[in-house]
Amino acid sequence: MSAANGSYYLPNPSPWPVITSAGLFFLALGFILLMNNVGAGPWVMLAGTAIIVYMMFRWFGQVIGESESGTYNSQVDRSFRWSMAWFIFSEVMFFAAFFGALFYVRQWAVDWLGSTELLWPGYDATWPTAGPKGPMPAAADSVPGPNQFSPMGALGIPAINTLILLASGVTVTIAHWGLLKNNRSQLVIWLFLTVALGITFLSLQAYEYAHAYKELGLTLKTGIYGATFFMLTGFHGFHVTMGTIMLIVILGRALKGHFRPDSHFGFEAVAWYWHFVDVVWLFLFIFVYWL
Amino acid sequence: MSMTHLKQFTGMMSRSLLGLSLWLVSGSVFAEYGLNFQKPVTSIGHRVLELHNLILLICVVIFIVVFGVMFYSIYAHRKSKGYKAAKFHDNAKLEVVWTVIPFAILVSMAIPSTATLIEMDDVSKSDLTVKITGYQWKWKYDYPDQDVSFFSTLATPRDQIENKTAKGKDYLLEVDNPVVLPVGKKVRFVVTANDVIHAWWVPALGVKKDAIPGFVNEMWARVDEPGIYRGQCAELCGKDHGYMPIVVQAVSQEEFDKWAALQKDKAAAAEASAGKTWSKDELMEKGKKVYASTCAACHGANGEGVGPFPKMTGSKIATGPVAGHLNIVMKGKTGTAMQAFAGQLNDADIAAVVTFERNSFGNKTGDVVQPSQVKAAR
Amino acid sequence: MATAHHDEHHPSGIMRWLTTTNHKDIGTLYLVFAFTMALVGGLMSLVIRSELWQPGLQVTDPHFFNQMATVHALVMIFGFVMPAFTGLANWMVPMMIGAPDMALPRLNNWSFWILPFAATLLMLSLFMPGGGPSGGWTIYPPLSVQGGIGTDFALLSIHMLGMSSILGSINIIATILNMRAPGMTLMKMPMFCWGWLITAFLLIASMPVLAGAVTMLITDRHFGTHFFDAAGGGDPVLFQHVFWFFGHPEVYILVLPAFGVFSQIIPTFARKPLFGYVSMVYATATIAFLSFIVWAHHMYTVGMPMGGELFFMYATMLIAVPTGVKIFNWVSTMWRGSMTFETPMLWAIGGVFIFAIGGFSGLMLAITPADFQYHDTYFVVAHFHYVIIGGSVFALFGAVTYWLPKWTGHMYNETLGKWHFWLTMIGFNLTFFPQHFLGLAGMPRRIPDYALQFTEFNQWSTVGAFLTIGAQLIFFYYAIQSMKGGVKATDKVWEGSEGLEWTLPSPPPYHSFTVAPKVK
Ligand code: HEA
Ligand code: HEA
Ligand code: HEC
Ligand code: CUA
Ligand SMILES: [Cu+2]
Repeated sequence: MSAANGSYYLPNPSPWPVITSAGLFFLALGFILLMNNVGAGPWVMLAGTAIIVYMMFRWFGQVIGESESGTYNSQVDRSFRWSMAWFIFSEVMFFAAFFGALFYVRQWAVDWLGSTELLWPGYDATWPTAGPKGPMPAAADSVPGPNQFSPMGALGIPAINTLILLASGVTVTIAHWGLLKNNRSQLVIWLFLTVALGITFLSLQAYEYAHAYKELGLTLKTGIYGATFFMLTGFHGFHVTMGTIMLIVILGRALKGHFRPDSHFGFEAVAWYWHFVDVVWLFLFIFVYWL
Repeated sequence: MSMTHLKQFTGMMSRSLLGLSLWLVSGSVFAEYGLNFQKPVTSIGHRVLELHNLILLICVVIFIVVFGVMFYSIYAHRKSKGYKAAKFHDNAKLEVVWTVIPFAILVSMAIPSTATLIEMDDVSKSDLTVKITGYQWKWKYDYPDQDVSFFSTLATPRDQIENKTAKGKDYLLEVDNPVVLPVGKKVRFVVTANDVIHAWWVPALGVKKDAIPGFVNEMWARVDEPGIYRGQCAELCGKDHGYMPIVVQAVSQEEFDKWAALQKDKAAAAEASAGKTWSKDELMEKGKKVYASTCAACHGANGEGVGPFPKMTGSKIATGPVAGHLNIVMKGKTGTAMQAFAGQLNDADIAAVVTFERNSFGNKTGDVVQPSQVKAAR
Repeated sequence: MATAHHDEHHPSGIMRWLTTTNHKDIGTLYLVFAFTMALVGGLMSLVIRSELWQPGLQVTDPHFFNQMATVHALVMIFGFVMPAFTGLANWMVPMMIGAPDMALPRLNNWSFWILPFAATLLMLSLFMPGGGPSGGWTIYPPLSVQGGIGTDFALLSIHMLGMSSILGSINIIATILNMRAPGMTLMKMPMFCWGWLITAFLLIASMPVLAGAVTMLITDRHFGTHFFDAAGGGDPVLFQHVFWFFGHPEVYILVLPAFGVFSQIIPTFARKPLFGYVSMVYATATIAFLSFIVWAHHMYTVGMPMGGELFFMYATMLIAVPTGVKIFNWVSTMWRGSMTFETPMLWAIGGVFIFAIGGFSGLMLAITPADFQYHDTYFVVAHFHYVIIGGSVFALFGAVTYWLPKWTGHMYNETLGKWHFWLTMIGFNLTFFPQHFLGLAGMPRRIPDYALQFTEFNQWSTVGAFLTIGAQLIFFYYAIQSMKGGVKATDKVWEGSEGLEWTLPSPPPYHSFTVAPKVK
């Protein structure tokens, strides 16, 4: 163990955690008020977000500073690794809840509704569906008629987005190789490309959403299809956004000369996260768009 | 020191043995004293009770053996008696033994359980179908073959609940219209709900199923003995979850047929009266009744509202245009507890209750709403 | 040898607690928070029990009663038991594995400080127009879709409580995997650490699923999704599946650290090593694994296909096997030991005893056709208070009395300790044993008012509840007393104690092990 050959690292008391918790509180409170149409809601949320963002700057700034000044030993590094790995696992389980919901309705619930003649006479229970009272499904990507919606097809933007994310997984790895070889320009260039791919992905997804709402008659309220589609892709998109912000931070640090070939946990954590987001997308592509 | 400990532990043991033997005995002998299931009146009910008794007995025996050993050790292997600790701390053989034996016991429990479950699941070859629909907070029963349909609500007066008068024998377990079933016939129940999840449960029949809005569940029972059996809603369904009892009246086939015919006549009479023009007094009188049985649970006996439910006094809707008022009563408001009453009440009932709300609790619109208006709004 | 890197700069007063990164300080915060929440939840249970003293409505109205039951459960589970065990982990895990502190001290502080804010949201919900959450702690839709703004307070509170648990668990895993002293292999680790390691896995795997369920509920409530609405192709039962996929592992989250505590206390006072250490570790892991494939035993009455009902019945019954192994190992540890019965040992023995009763009633509930009769009755209420109070709460008292002398440096008052134990034991059984009969005889749970034949047992139960809560004042008194002073505790405290924590002085130094001890 490292204690035998080095010192333990113990941080000083820190004001950031408790203030971050307060930020979280205001964020939650504001969100509640917003959902219930209380005027102050958005402002309270904004205040909470501002606190959290400010704290993240300070807190992460401190951690980065400590890291760059060489305070952390290999034991701390391992602790960081374990915690990032388990954090990502917890994210996996969060998505699992939504995938589970999707599988459950497709496998069982919709069939049951279809066989319940007593309550839903004439309901044609095939996927995609918006339920017995929802609009009827049209062919994918077609122009829907009145009281119809069109599900999202897999070809076109989703397929392109799959390629983009797969490519970004490659670019971030090449950047990592650059870092390992201490080739700074390789690191910076490929990291920049990764960020660019992430932003492209998000823009395309935003376009796709607008298309769904405006032309396909497909919204969050479009029955169970709309709910699973938007919640799954939406949370994924949110994670891509987070990942992209993290990549931008890493890029900034790389430009400032941070990270050494033998010590760059911050970089790796972001890369892991990015790969995780990538894998989730593959599942989305298969189960939400394709099958 | 040792004496007090001994006393404490023998005390603990005798207490637990007393409890246990109570529990054990209750399994078979004292069923009528309310220590065990209510007396079952269906074949399924009997099987479940037997299964329950068996499993309970096995558990109690294992419990006595395991904790017998533990308490013996507590009694014998104590420092105060000068007992020196042994050194062993492992025994692979023992571990295997006490993995395998419990496993075998579990298998022996699983076999009768599986058989019972399979029998319960078989709703085929039924003689009669009853559709049960849960509402906040009442039950609706439909007999599609007999063309009979009615609501069943709590009959216990408010005064008893609020401790203003003495409580009757069947406090909280009495309804205005019981479900009537013929004895000796296999009845298939089709269970669903209108708003939130409820569960239909009559202990003596040995059946319980959740009533889930939008889905149907099935179960069956064949009641052996004529009699009255009482149960309750068994899934939290909001404020008055505790006040939606179920009463089953099992009667002979002839009585059942008579009852069904009578129900049909009553419904026809109500239908006929809806067509005429009502006086305000008639409407107010009827409206008062409908309000008390159907609306007061949420909006308060005096229109004062209860908890999250709005009050009727001065309500913008109940004092605004009649059309809006009719609309919310008939169509309800999705996402809230306010149900669509169009499917539950007939034209006269709705006309009456709307008239009543518009002219009571301090509301003074003076409007009179006729059943024909309701019919037109349907 | 190297010492901890640390500038000795410590804020004092309230700032010490707000900013602390010390595992003992944070452990204390967790325990104090848990204690406060236990009192809040306990008072709510008194409201419930007072209303149920006799038929009729006397203390509350039905709507408020439902809020009390709901918030009582949320407060007890998320506010009391889970934080209390996390507090114990904070105090003890570093000391047991020979570390100076937790792996991630700042994150540790954050995990704690989320809690008071989340609890504030939960308490505020009760004061909102329309009241707090009233759909039961299981928040089943469509009922929970009907609730007002108070329900949103509770839902967001659950989100925050979940975050806190996940962060806390990550920290515990990192600490156990990464901070053990040289020679402290995993298979030498004290059972308490094992219990927590596995619990932390359970938490990380299950809390995000709860977050998912809560999120879907929020979007169904406010953003027009139809996850749980048949008209839109959803299914209310879907929520139950997702909820119980979290909910069942959750109950083992409540009890596995407790099993760890029993496994520490029993060998100490039997003066004999834990019997079957290896099988204990495997049994714990097996319970954890099985806990993920039994969830639908809470849903037998929803009308699952037959195959599902059978699968979940068999899988649930299987849990009795590893749990039995644990109980047999504890009994064998006592067997031919040289036992004494100080307060911690009383809690451990009493806890195993009570837990087993609850375990057996759990096994009965697992039997699908029989559960149709038990489900949603007081039999279930009796079951889970037996396992939770016998398992978790008794273990907590055992743990606190076992380690209090180590923490404070003073022995607690043994006589008061015994009084507290016996009064709680009697009060508890008086409260919950009769509830078995109530359930069997047909009394549904979650009702504010009941039919006349249930009166007598309910009155016993209410008397028992007041007695139990009253007894907790004794605990409060002697815990404070031991913090203030009293007979000095030795380092080893108990004659039979084994393990690294007992090699430190009582009370231990600020950074537990600044130099890693060597473990043979
Ligand atoms: C600490 C928490 C805890 C623990 C440990 C358990 C343990 C168990 N529980 Fe319990 N349970 C709850 C907390 C807990 N439960 C809660 C909170 C609820 C209600 C939730 C709600 O609806 O609000 C609940 C509800 C609940 C239900 C649903 C009831 C219903 O709503 O209809 C079921 C059904 O199967 C069940 C089963 C079990 C089983 C089989 C175990 C097993 O783990 C028990 C195993 C132990 C033993 C069996 C005893 C010791 C074993 C031996 C000595 C070996 C030999 C034994 C044999 C061979 C029989 N529990
Ligand atoms: C941890 C869980 C926990 C605990 C401890 C308790 C404790 C108690 N509970 Fe309950 N209860 C639940 C979890 C718990 N409960 C749940 C999940 C439900 C279901 C809710 C629902 O239906 O949705 C429920 C429901 C429930 C009901 C049924 C309500 C209904 O269905 O209508 C009743 C009725 O009697 C009840 C009573 C009590 C009583 C009298 C106690 C007493 O035993 C309380 C006595 C107090 C203590 C034993 C605590 C002592 C601890 C300390 C003083 C702190 C020590 C501090 C440290 C060690 C740091 N509870
Ligand atoms: C299960 C509870 C429940 C029952 C029973 C019930 N209501 Fe309501 N009612 C509600 C709720 C909840 C609302 C509020 C809906 C909303 O949020 O707009 C409401 C709203 C109303 C309103 C509009 C009040 C306003 O000012 O917004 C009227 C009028 C009304 N109900 C009439 C009735 C009548 C008539 C009956 C009986 C036939 C009845 N209700 C039975 C729950 C109920
Ligand atoms: Cu209906 Cu409970
Ligand atoms: Cu469970």
